[in-house]
Amino acid sequence: MAPERTGRSARWVSTFGTWDVLVIVVLALVVVGASVLVEGFATARFWGFLLLDIVPIALIALPMTLIVITGEIDLSVASTLGLASAVLGQLWVAGLPLALAVPLVVLLGALLGAVNGLFIAGFGLPSLAVTIGTLALYRGLAYVVLGDRAVADFPIGWTGNSIEALPGTTVPWVVLPLAVLAIGFGVLLHATPIGRGLYAMGNNDQAATFAGVAVARTKFWLYVVTGAVAALAGVFWTMRYASARADNGAGLELSVVAAVLLGGVSIFGGRGTLVGVLAGVLLLMTLRNALQLADVPADTLTVVTGTLLIISVVGPNAAGMLRARMRRRRPSAPPVASAEGA
Amino acid sequence: MTTTTRPESAPDAAEARARSGAAGIRLGHRLFVAREVGIGLALLLLIAVTTAVNPRFLSGQGRRDLMLGATILVVLAVGQAIVIITRNVDLSVGSVLGLAAFATGKLFLAMPDAPIVLAILVGIGIGVLCGALNGALIAVARVPALVVTLGTLYVFRGVDYSWAAGQQINAADMPAGFKSMGTADLLGVPLLALFAVAVLLVAGFYLRSYRSGRELYAIGSDPAAARLHGIPVGWRVFTALVVSGGLAGLAGVLYAARYGTLDAAAGSGIELNVVAAVVVGGVAIFGGSGSVYGAALGAVLLSTIGSALPVLKVNPFWQQAVVGALILAAIGLDRALAARVAHRLRGRKARGA
Repeated sequence: MAPERTGRSARWVSTFGTWDVLVIVVLALVVVGASVLVEGFATARFWGFLLLDIVPIALIALPMTLIVITGEIDLSVASTLGLASAVLGQLWVAGLPLALAVPLVVLLGALLGAVNGLFIAGFGLPSLAVTIGTLALYRGLAYVVLGDRAVADFPIGWTGNSIEALPGTTVPWVVLPLAVLAIGFGVLLHATPIGRGLYAMGNNDQAATFAGVAVARTKFWLYVVTGAVAALAGVFWTMRYASARADNGAGLELSVVAAVLLGGVSIFGGRGTLVGVLAGVLLLMTLRNALQLADVPADTLTVVTGTLLIISVVGPNAAGMLRARMRRRRPSAPPVASAEGA
Repeated sequence: MTTTTRPESAPDAAEARARSGAAGIRLGHRLFVAREVGIGLALLLLIAVTTAVNPRFLSGQGRRDLMLGATILVVLAVGQAIVIITRNVDLSVGSVLGLAAFATGKLFLAMPDAPIVLAILVGIGIGVLCGALNGALIAVARVPALVVTLGTLYVFRGVDYSWAAGQQINAADMPAGFKSMGTADLLGVPLLALFAVAVLLVAGFYLRSYRSGRELYAIGSDPAAARLHGIPVGWRVFTALVVSGGLAGLAGVLYAARYGTLDAAAGSGIELNVVAAVVVGGVAIFGGSGSVYGAALGAVLLSTIGSALPVLKVNPFWQQAVVGALILAAIGLDRALAARVAHRLRGRKARGA
């Protein structure tokens, strides 16, 4: 990936860049196909709702991308969202103004993320096990806070505003801060030494340490940021549906991870782009909502999510194996190419 | 130690190394057993305290409820432990359970006179097929198990939903013979719980005493080394996933027998409880260590906590939080113990050299 080795960087683009392009092409095909085939798809109204559905998943997918690139995972995000929502509801019931409660809830999210970070980066425990634990813990605490009650008497100024569209369009205004955050995360990942460090960690923690990357500290702060962003998504979720419930966003972590992997991020870390992930989120949600619009029952749509997820990992793997086999058949191929295949 | 050409001190050092290695295995074994004893003690303590608060907790009916409540989770945890020991994971078990349970219901709707054995075989067969799909994707396409089974979690559940199409099967539609399997006792133990015990004993014996069972541990410790050693890694992992799927299918039949009322949502989200039970039971999430007995104890502990909290007048909403805290405590404890073992071994080696 060093600029002086142009041959290698070109191959890098052709191997990993193609997946992003493929996802975007498939996305375009889905949009075109659905516009023709599904009545009501090519309407501004539908896209307004689609974007509202996309916001929480896209929001959490941003920091999740960074985490998966470092070779870790965070399955507790949806529970953090739910706990944030429950606490927000409880604070509102207790009489706290929302302008104060919302920052507090985001701070709580950062704290929950810090707990993950402490166990994973501090004690060196496997993130999969830790975040399965906090998935249960945070969701359980959400039930402890709110039980099976719902808080729904939020002021219309907040709930109505959260789904307000930009003047003259049906595009919800929340897409703007989402875009700003996406650009921020994109710059962090692709244009800063911290971002390069994330890829280095994903390829090899130890090598990254010896290269001077502060592995543990970076991972800790990544989890803090993820917690805060998940809590922010919880605030949006609560306001959008005008309902604070302990089960808000249950199971969302699977959709987020599916979208991130679909976007071409390797589950082993070290590989992936933010553009690919955003395309993955769009593809997943567009396909789902289009099928829903075409009267496919919502429950059976999970087949689509699952199949896409499997294809997204089997596809590149199968392509890689095929390439390797073709190279073996041609022993006259230049040695650089065969070394690359290993 | 055939080191005749080496300097005199070398055999001594080698011997010391061998000695400390054996001690390490013994020490490791002691802690490993201690882990299961620890969970067993925690379980006994929980039962004792709960019974002290409400003696009916351990009455005849209370005991039956505890055993029945743990049955399905134990069967799933045994399968999951086998998979996790190989450094893989099977997140699709809840969906496989749902599919097999619904298939059982459909079977009895279509053929009310079907023998129970047929229902069990159909359930296991569906599970084996699902497991084979998982295993093939993992072993042949070399895709990480976490991703594959996350995908098939969605796919199997979606198939279940589209098959059910909103239909619910009621207990009244089930033949009496099958329902009685869910309530029958044998020597004071619920029949369903005996399925779990049988599964546990067979799996425990296989993992301990069979070469291929030991190889599962080798694969989990270091897949690359296992491959170099000549172990058919892909085939063993495939088999582990098939076994896990088959057990999830069996759990589906048990679910149908116990609850009778079935819809497509049966077993949703249970995969996290299963993984939690296995981890709490001392199976390392990255494979290579642990036992199905520990996993089963973990499952019994989790389901007993669920039954004990209401008796202890703890808000039942605490249950999930307790499970989460228990997982964190279990993996934290594992790490602390491993660090202590490593520290002690280093100390011995230094003294021995």
